[in-house]
Amino acid sequence: MSPAGPFSAAPERVLTVRDLRAYYRTKYFGISREVRAVDGISLHVDRNEIYGLAGESSCGKTTLIKTIVRAIRPPLDVVGGSVTFHFAGRDRDIHALNDSELESIRWRHLSYILQGSMNVLNPVRRVRQSFVDFAHRHIGKPMPEFLRHVESHLARVRLEPAALDAYPHELSGGMRQRVTIALATVCRPDFIVADEPTTALDVVVQKDVLGMLREVQQEIRSSMILVTHDIGVHANITDRLGIMYAGRLAEEGRTVDVIRDPRHPYTSHLVTSLPRIGDVTQRRGLEGAPPNLAVPPTGCRFHPRCPLAMATCRAEPPPMVDVAPGHRVACWVTAPPDKPVTVQ
Amino acid sequence: MSAAGTPLLEVDRVRMTYVVGGLIRRRGVRAVDDVSLRLEAGNPEILAIIGESGSGKTTLARMILNLATPTAGTIRFRGADVTQIRSNRQRMAFMREVQPIFQNPFEAFNPLKPIDHYLFFSARRFAGARARIDFEAKADKALHQVGLSLAEVKGRYPHELSGGQLQRIAIARALVSSPSLIVADEPVSMVDASLRMSIVNLFKALRDELGVSIVYITHDLATAYYISDRVLIMQRGKAVESGDARGVLDNPQHPYSILLKSAVLSPDDAGRPMSPADSAGRPSAHSTSNTE
Repeated sequence: MSPAGPFSAAPERVLTVRDLRAYYRTKYFGISREVRAVDGISLHVDRNEIYGLAGESSCGKTTLIKTIVRAIRPPLDVVGGSVTFHFAGRDRDIHALNDSELESIRWRHLSYILQGSMNVLNPVRRVRQSFVDFAHRHIGKPMPEFLRHVESHLARVRLEPAALDAYPHELSGGMRQRVTIALATVCRPDFIVADEPTTALDVVVQKDVLGMLREVQQEIRSSMILVTHDIGVHANITDRLGIMYAGRLAEEGRTVDVIRDPRHPYTSHLVTSLPRIGDVTQRRGLEGAPPNLAVPPTGCRFHPRCPLAMATCRAEPPPMVDVAPGHRVACWVTAPPDKPVTVQ
Repeated sequence: MSAAGTPLLEVDRVRMTYVVGGLIRRRGVRAVDDVSLRLEAGNPEILAIIGESGSGKTTLARMILNLATPTAGTIRFRGADVTQIRSNRQRMAFMREVQPIFQNPFEAFNPLKPIDHYLFFSARRFAGARARIDFEAKADKALHQVGLSLAEVKGRYPHELSGGQLQRIAIARALVSSPSLIVADEPVSMVDASLRMSIVNLFKALRDELGVSIVYITHDLATAYYISDRVLIMQRGKAVESGDARGVLDNPQHPYSILLKSAVLSPDDAGRPMSPADSAGRPSAHSTSNTE
């Protein structure tokens, strides 16, 4: 079942997501509405691996990871499927845990770098206090020793100990982002979820921050899900890449395979439409707008915008099919299921 | 109309100093420092101004739009100093010719007003349309230039439209008065990757088909390379390198331009993940304090 890559002797599965469905359900004055933001997604992440998720806004990327870390609030509701983490030799279904078990997992095993996370730091508390608030009880060392530990950890993201005494507004955007990366990794979690960690940053700073994120991740040997719509970021940092479209996975595989040899028409479009320095050939934007997930298109959700769409695409959703080891695609045209359909 | 030698826009050694701090610790920050540029009349082109945040590119745009007055230096539009505009009539004439497009289409429009309000308003103020049929025709024409039509957007509110559509409408609004210069401040950074290229292609079409010159402000080197004729690279308020877009970006000379180019994350890098050595050892290229 595991992909037969060159370095996958016995990859340790850290996260398994099976057929996950999470809908936003609202009911006002008797009119109920259901937005199917995550609709039947299966994926897995191995130890020491960075899994990238790409897709345009409102395709359900953020909902998917909110569901994975169980940061869900009404109207978001998990309708089906499971999210299983494998921490410290035990399988844990995150949606079956009670509050105290969840508490014990968060930060220690599972941490979350939020979108626009330069704004998560409390503006009226010094950075030091944010570290104490978040991490002290999980690390369980006496305070002076804890602070020394934090200082040595900050050095990994090239921040001086003096940054601990600063208020967030005294730090630049890139420094604040590094503080949040340090916060999320200080407990050496097994799993990090990063939602657009560099989107608000400048190009030059972005590359530095991504480099540090990868460095820290390699050093503490954790796994990561990295969400961003920027294919350039994925190409540089992720090991495997999943392309999401309208609440479903369209394609998944090793990042290099997905980018060099995209099979799904949506992926091909995403990759070929990017302008590159040194190349002035005409690029085209994708026609049409992202679908409304309250009334998703029938069949393959990409068919109204797809240049290759045929009759089957309008009628039935395509299954995920293995086109190469570890490379799965959901498309009737480019990956017809002549082989048996993969187990979801 | 303009004499042969008069440039469309001439920015001559402008400087903008902001004073920060209170009474005790007062200091000046030079947001734009001694920048000059020139756009010729009768030769529409796209000039990209590139730099990271804090490099002064938005301040420069605000000065070109006459929304901010330079501390020193002059900006001439068709030979006339824009800071000398006094009468309302002169001001309207200037605004008819020079139109802005802003970064975030979701914030550029009032969510409580139907989107056609902006088009009709521009048509009334700048295009001299009086009767309803007149300004509807002007709005429709501008919308057709961006691939939309009035029937699609009439009476709709911003939340009903996607970011790409809103940005197209923002461009259509700027086109209503048939300007000769458009100043676009990061027009695609808030637009989805799948829709970004259609907006960028639209700018090319405006230049080629309508003869509009465009000042395109961005931090994205790849789109700048794709559409612009000339580039101006700014660092901490100073223009560090400028020239032909392909020439500069293919072979940057200034260390800052080289750094910017090396920071571009290209999809072609797939398969050789960034090594830690890439970022280690290099000082963080952050610029926050361009204090004088």
